[in-house]
Amino acid sequence: MKNDPSLLEVLRQQGVSRRGFLKFCAATASLMALPPGMAPVIAKALEQAHRPSVIWLSFQECTGCTESLTRSHAPTIEGLIFDAISLDYHHTLQAASGSAAEEARMAAMKANKGEYLLVVDGSIPTADPGYSTIAGISNLEMLREVAADAAAIIAVGTCAAFGGLPHAKPNPTGAVAVSDIITDKPIINVSGCPPIPVVITGVLAHFLTFGTLPKLDHLGRPLAFYGNNIHDRCYRRPFYERGQFAESFDDEGAKKGWCLYKLGCKGPVTYNACATTKWNNGTSFPIESGHGCLGCSEPNFWDLGGFYNALSEPSVNTGNAAAFGLVAGAAVGAASGIMARKEKDNTSHAHQKVTVNDLKRGESQ
Amino acid sequence: MSHPTLPAIEVPPWETGNVQPLLHEIGHALRELLNNNKETCIDLHALPMAPGEEARLVEALGKGEISVQLRALGKSRIDETKYPGVWLITHFNANEEVVGKFIEITRIPDLIKSQREDIAAGLLNLEDELHEE
Ligand code: SF4
Repeated sequence: MKNDPSLLEVLRQQGVSRRGFLKFCAATASLMALPPGMAPVIAKALEQAHRPSVIWLSFQECTGCTESLTRSHAPTIEGLIFDAISLDYHHTLQAASGSAAEEARMAAMKANKGEYLLVVDGSIPTADPGYSTIAGISNLEMLREVAADAAAIIAVGTCAAFGGLPHAKPNPTGAVAVSDIITDKPIINVSGCPPIPVVITGVLAHFLTFGTLPKLDHLGRPLAFYGNNIHDRCYRRPFYERGQFAESFDDEGAKKGWCLYKLGCKGPVTYNACATTKWNNGTSFPIESGHGCLGCSEPNFWDLGGFYNALSEPSVNTGNAAAFGLVAGAAVGAASGIMARKEKDNTSHAHQKVTVNDLKRGESQ
Repeated sequence: MSHPTLPAIEVPPWETGNVQPLLHEIGHALRELLNNNKETCIDLHALPMAPGEEARLVEALGKGEISVQLRALGKSRIDETKYPGVWLITHFNANEEVVGKFIEITRIPDLIKSQREDIAAGLLNLEDELHEE
């Protein structure tokens, strides 16, 4: 890793001029929600930054998070940040498969022991390891193995951060978040279903620039992106204050762009950057397209009482872990260790393969 | 098959009320530039904007005497507004998508100046050319 070219050298090799680099730094500062005055600081740090090794594990997920990240085509600014890391394992994107892929993972883990970043998308099934395996290795075992020597873990998407859809009632797979399993490593939760792509790259850029993790909120999310709730930054807020609500999706109020609170908008209890960063390269975001916020970056959003039911008044204590009782473990877990969870771990010994038969056995139990 | 034409709906312009305070902030920064030579940069993507509001801001700033197009990692437009010292900078990526929008209050945005490293690289190229002749 020590002989790897620095980020600046990588950019130069791609024919990027100093002007291009400065533009890249300005866009990166904006991406990381840092004040524009920070661009020169970023430039200075990136000049020396070396490409960190990244291992990306996908567990019980829909690949939407990877889709979100790879939407843009190189050479975009986001693409360059992606180029600036050394993605050593990502079973959806890499060409190698099977044992060749697993060997690449082991080699990267060995070469960058204690220094690599682990990115996880998807939740981890604990009811039966056979629900989700990679190369016959259960998700639980692979997570533990790769996390052991990681410098830090980025849990991408609500599934990895809080359990997400698989964790929704009645949670048949016993899905849990990364922080329910790993309690002795720094974990950043980049929640959202999927997360805004620039938030994923923003966190990577922060790590590249400062070599540290950004400031996090009580749910382990980077404050720069999850510090404000949608409601506080929503352009429909003046209608809310005046009590002007759309009552159905096609009434006069809806046409006039009134507040969507009564149509089930979860903006008041949702912390994310959609209202300012927006989607599809800043085109719009759900509320701007006429639909209330689903609250997809919050724990248990699937079970928050129905997408089209209004939040009860007074609104749920915003963003407070207590309001989302079930997930308290995800927030406090990193610090205090998880409450004694009975792990139904059938594969804790060296790479015991999980087979279809194990799954059948689990069913008949 | 012909489609019925739908009647147009009257929709009042949406407001966050951010345009006016922003113009005041720009005025303040301009005074700072004039009196203390202090430069300011405002990231437009960090502010909540209703649909159309950004366009209204850009319209309020108008067009000045200088427009520069930069080609590095996609295009960038650097325009002086009708208020000298207030520049509007829009960065695009190679797919022509906006990746950053800033208002800079300065005499000349740094990006326009030739950069030391690029000058050095260019000089090397020139010397190579002369050498080959
Ligand atoms: S639309 Fe939603 S986020 Fe916006 S003001 Fe209404 S309740 Fe709040």
